[in-house]
Amino acid sequence: MRLLLAALASLAPGLASGQTAPDPSDWDSVLAAAEGQTVYWHAWGGSTQTNDFIAWLGEQAAERHGVTLEHVKLTDTADAVTRVLSEREAGQTDDSAVDMIWINGANFAAMKDADLLFGPFATQLPNYDLVAEDEAITTDFGTPVDGMESPWAKAQFVFMYDSADAEPPADMDGLLDWAAANPGRFTYPQPPDFLGVTFLKQVLVSQVDSDALQSPVDQADFDAVTAPLWDYLDALQPNLWRGGDAYPTSGPAQFQLLTDEEIDIAPSLSPSEASAAIANFQLPDTIRTFVPEGGTIGNASFVAIPFNSGAKEGAMVVANLLLSPEAQLRAQTPDILGYGTVLDMAALSPEMRQAFADLDLGIATLSPAELGTVLPEPHSSWSTAIQDAWIDRYGVN
Amino acid sequence: MLGPVAAGLWGALLPAMGHLPAAGFIGPSLEAWSALGAWPGLGDSIRLSLVTGLLATLISLAIVTLIVAGWWGTRPFNWIERALSPLLSVPHAAAALGLAFLIAPSGWLARLASPGITGWDRPPDWLIPGDPWGLSLTAGLVAKEVPFLLLMTLAALGQVRARAMLTSAQAMGYGRIAGWLKVVFPAVYAQIRLPVFVVLAYSMSVVDMALILGPSTPATLSVQIVRWMSDPDLSMRLVASAAALLQLALVLVALAAWRGGEIALLRWGIAWATGGGRGAMLDPLRPLGLGLGALSALAVLGGIAAMALWSVAAGWRFPDALPEALTARSWMRHADGLGAAVGDTALVALVAVALAVALTVGCLEAEFRRGRPIGRAGIWLLYLPLIVPQTAFLPGLQTLLLRLGADRGALPVIAAHLVFVLPYVFLSLGDPWRAWDTRQATVGAALGASPGRVFLRVRLPMLLRPILVAAAVGAAVSVGQYLPTLLIGGGRVATLTTEAVALASGGDRRAIGVFALAQTGAALLPFALATLLPLVLWRNRRGLHG
Repeated sequence: MRLLLAALASLAPGLASGQTAPDPSDWDSVLAAAEGQTVYWHAWGGSTQTNDFIAWLGEQAAERHGVTLEHVKLTDTADAVTRVLSEREAGQTDDSAVDMIWINGANFAAMKDADLLFGPFATQLPNYDLVAEDEAITTDFGTPVDGMESPWAKAQFVFMYDSADAEPPADMDGLLDWAAANPGRFTYPQPPDFLGVTFLKQVLVSQVDSDALQSPVDQADFDAVTAPLWDYLDALQPNLWRGGDAYPTSGPAQFQLLTDEEIDIAPSLSPSEASAAIANFQLPDTIRTFVPEGGTIGNASFVAIPFNSGAKEGAMVVANLLLSPEAQLRAQTPDILGYGTVLDMAALSPEMRQAFADLDLGIATLSPAELGTVLPEPHSSWSTAIQDAWIDRYGVN
Repeated sequence: MLGPVAAGLWGALLPAMGHLPAAGFIGPSLEAWSALGAWPGLGDSIRLSLVTGLLATLISLAIVTLIVAGWWGTRPFNWIERALSPLLSVPHAAAALGLAFLIAPSGWLARLASPGITGWDRPPDWLIPGDPWGLSLTAGLVAKEVPFLLLMTLAALGQVRARAMLTSAQAMGYGRIAGWLKVVFPAVYAQIRLPVFVVLAYSMSVVDMALILGPSTPATLSVQIVRWMSDPDLSMRLVASAAALLQLALVLVALAAWRGGEIALLRWGIAWATGGGRGAMLDPLRPLGLGLGALSALAVLGGIAAMALWSVAAGWRFPDALPEALTARSWMRHADGLGAAVGDTALVALVAVALAVALTVGCLEAEFRRGRPIGRAGIWLLYLPLIVPQTAFLPGLQTLLLRLGADRGALPVIAAHLVFVLPYVFLSLGDPWRAWDTRQATVGAALGASPGRVFLRVRLPMLLRPILVAAAVGAAVSVGQYLPTLLIGGGRVATLTTEAVALASGGDRRAIGVFALAQTGAALLPFALATLLPLVLWRNRRGLHG
């Protein structure tokens, strides 16, 4: 025991040093400091495809930069946010258990508002020059990104359907009619699951045409604005799978329900998720996707670094690696991950551009033209508000 | 034992009274309680906790009593005894996942019967598991608690002269079951009361099984506490703390109600026992006891078989009874993650069990040398971490460790596991240790051996088997821990159990199958070693094989 204590004591100065904030604009020194660091990436761990991709990224980080990447598999991203909050509460300011978080939306807004994030760093990453900077990249659910998180994937909401059992409805109202005609064959993940809340927002933007959605929710008359949403959900509720008494716990949990013939239509966060799952035997090959008329909402996934991470340089190296054309190409490959790239094709080398063009998107993936209009996400405060209202209405019977 | 529990409860009390200065809440205030009271799911979640806990305990105790009363000392009973260790070692989460694979409308049972018997080409829209009454959860709990109570009952039978009592009763014409209930049961029950309390407290507050088998609109109170604990809104911490104390109060109320039930039954029972009725009409219940026992064993074993099948399944759609083809893909795919989780699981379990065994042996040997057995207070102290719900004191303990800066990594997790491993190791080793014939020590001493030498050269070798069994029980307990690993480990210690429960939310049956099966294997292996090692080590000492 005494030996152990002595060993710990000799380590302590090493831990305390090197705590000056890294400067992302001096990339060489970032690379030098990153070597040998271990980055604990807190990322949702319910999807085997994502887990495999992160494992692959870890190999790359170790080979190229000597950074060890550990995937801490979360069931809910809020866990990591809470973790950092409670660390600050307890005075832990220089060696967080969390070095990087897969984040966006309300969690990002909460961390940014509470000054829990390191940065700005994102726009100074070398690979950021390749990013196609559009609104989905610069504002995250209505909150300005300001370089406090680095993008790595884009998603657009779609529906999966089993073409052996169902015809895709034309629009969101058509989905309501379809559910009434086919009770028990449609469901969505239980909010506060991310995809479940996204479905609620999809209904909201399809039923409500109001500028209020782009401003913070406390500036609007919540009950009046959201009334059409609850009318829609009240009508849908009795025709859901299990009569709305239970919901799948997550997006991938719906794969099993589709495979087991329990349901025929389910929402999905990314256009090529279904193709990727088919390639992995997780979905039958009769699954296709559709987008209702009027378009669907889209958003981007980011990574952020907590203010008290002890491996900020390593985390930046990983964030930069995520933006490399190789990683982006791999992420977009349908049977690997099938996430939309955030890169600007025009900024890539001709070979990489060709490699992206050559990707076979998979049988269930719609072309960019078929995907239609991308609708902006409502301001992030709406997510929390409708999620809480949903839980009060349907979360407890 | 008292330390961590008291610290954890203290850590829940202050925030529950609105006092969490680091997060900007200065108490005292009752806001947390009013927020808790305003949660619309409160009534349902309280009812769920109470009903599933009481029902699971009652049914488990009834099944165990029926089995022992009807079959103790018979050949089927020997089979049951042999199945006990494996059943006991299956971690709760794995048993729950396996049961869910079996009983879901698209589960294996429905597949075996479809479409031939049921006519289903699509699974029916039934809410199982996750029914709002918590019956699936109760069934899962019963399947896991029957082996535990049976083991405890067997240990208790060693303390009372059951054979002689039962023979006398039967000689006087009492039926087997009635004789048992009237004569043996009261003596046995006095011995297993604490384990029954453990089952009750555990069933009311379990988190991992409730996540997998319990309802979600709303969930049980314990699941909700864990959700509130992880809410990004810090004020929910206060609500979680208030709910943790409510959970503790609920358990205390249920324990008091159980005790009240005991007293009420006692009056009636004395009248019934002394009434002279021979109760022969109870004996037709014997097949029922065996049947229910077999059913609960099959629920666990069948679930594991279903998970094993899924872990090697290629395509497998409803209503096919078997997969289209078998493949090792899922295992190869998860090999890396599995390896890492096995490493963490083994490290935590080995250290925690080694410490627990050392402490237990030290305690027992000291007790022997001083000639003073552990008292009633000591026993209660040992049981304390098993009776106070984990959700009541672990969140507070986590906050406390965080303050001390010792909030993550393997060491705190090992310490937290030790709190739960130690009681089980102590309970399983205590009886065989004390049952050792102390005349061996006298002989040793007469031959000139010091007490230390007697301990090392005589007692330890003779008690190797029970020590290994106790270590195996401890390892199974450690492998199965979900909440202590999750809350205390800060996400950096990923054991097979935390991985399996995390995967459960993703619904990928192949991945779940791989991890839950590995988890079961990790808990079973120590039992196999405990059986085999003494045979190998003492192959030339036949007398030590028993």
